[in-house]
Amino acid sequence: MSDSIPALVAENIHKSFADTEVLKGVSITAHEGDVIALLGSSGSGKSTFLRCINLLETPDVGEIHVHGEKIIMQASRNGGLIPVDKKQVSRIRSRLGMVFQSFNLWSHMTILENLIEAPVHVLKQPKREAIIVAEELLEKVGLADKQHHYPSQLSGGQQQRAAIARALAMKPEVMLFDEPTSALDPELVGEVLRVMRGLAEEGRTMIVVTHEMGFAREVSDKVIFLHQGRIEEEGRPEEVFNNPTSSRFREFLASNL
Amino acid sequence: MMLGFDISYFEAKYRASEAVCQIIGPATPQGFADYCPRFVQGTFTTVEILVLCCLIGLVVAVPMALARVSSNKWLSVPAYVYIYVFRGTPLLVQLFLFYYGLGQFEVLRESFLWPVLRDGWWMGVIVLSINTSAYVAEILRGGIKGVPEGQVEAGRAAGMSGMLLYRRIILPQAFRIAWPAYGNEVILMLKASALTSAITVMDLMGQTRTIFSRSYDLEIFVYAAVLYFVMAFMLTYLFRLVERRLKRHIAYP
Repeated sequence: MSDSIPALVAENIHKSFADTEVLKGVSITAHEGDVIALLGSSGSGKSTFLRCINLLETPDVGEIHVHGEKIIMQASRNGGLIPVDKKQVSRIRSRLGMVFQSFNLWSHMTILENLIEAPVHVLKQPKREAIIVAEELLEKVGLADKQHHYPSQLSGGQQQRAAIARALAMKPEVMLFDEPTSALDPELVGEVLRVMRGLAEEGRTMIVVTHEMGFAREVSDKVIFLHQGRIEEEGRPEEVFNNPTSSRFREFLASNL
Repeated sequence: MMLGFDISYFEAKYRASEAVCQIIGPATPQGFADYCPRFVQGTFTTVEILVLCCLIGLVVAVPMALARVSSNKWLSVPAYVYIYVFRGTPLLVQLFLFYYGLGQFEVLRESFLWPVLRDGWWMGVIVLSINTSAYVAEILRGGIKGVPEGQVEAGRAAGMSGMLLYRRIILPQAFRIAWPAYGNEVILMLKASALTSAITVMDLMGQTRTIFSRSYDLEIFVYAAVLYFVMAFMLTYLFRLVERRLKRHIAYP
């Protein structure tokens, strides 16, 4: 597995907002089929790091490769980096599926329209085909009967499952999850985690920013713990959860279990 | 003969007014019935001007609003200037400046545009369109700014950018947000269109003034007010209907 080109490499990512350095050199390598859980308390930079991967935030320093393709960035006037080729950024983003904490389904479109929007207009798939794929995906996340509803008519858990299906409709190489269950009522968390667990079992490459320790422990292949913009602990879940080497991670676990 | 229209259009308008008055005339007060065809013709002209200037205004306003929110200074500064000049000066001044002012230029007087520029009706439509486009651009800008950031990010994350993002995600939502304010602007334009009578246009106000100059009967203005009110009322209703349709994604079934 390690001989092949990794699905995703982010190297030495630095990011500051104003005077606050949020990321101080974070690197990650995801091979095909890896499920990586990114843990950390709020303000640790884990969401910012995830957003740097698909350039919703542009890193100040660092490199990003998707299946060996490097996102070309150059220094901007104000010190950070800016992507050189906007088309490349859009193309790479279309290969990375993103699931947001607040779902962000397009509110003026039905669920089905949400799912076929990007396949039709970004990937230029024929509408008919996109609808077939979308219906299969909605079936898979258990929302087949909701395809003509608007997002506001669904519960949070249903919206998040629809958002996952929307990301999957792009046939992404890597799925990025930004605290997908944090905005949900506790009783709705399970249905979303079940869908994510199913994706992991299919062998999808996933990077998941989460507070769900159970999910990280049982589903992920690798756990990364961020603290104040640095990786404090990294390893297989059974290792890091049972024998954490960093005292901060131990404290974090103690307060989160 | 006027550009784009021929006599038969005016004839049609005149005949339609006669026909309308035959139907409604007997049911109206004598003071109105005496001048009914003029009132109806004026109303036709007002509606005509309103529909045209709102359409043209909207078509101009969309790129203007996009330029206004652009991060490119070469686009945003001219749009800013355009919007603030036309929002910052009285419509009546604009009408006079364009109607009387453009004729001062010999180049224009001798150009093929002159038949349009010397015509009050056309200048009314043009100036009203420019004026409303500035207001609508600003309304749309508010709508664009009101689209939640997450909606835009979801678009970007799916590989959308530039015009595609605007066309599919931002503008459809911006229009929904801006719709009530836009409806308000259209009703303001209905009333502002009365100013075109000052540059010889025989809209409802123009006709009313002509009638008044003959009869000196003050109730003539009451009839005009009622007609404007009815139009405004119908517009409000129309906009509310559309609003309900636009908001169906928020309503629970």
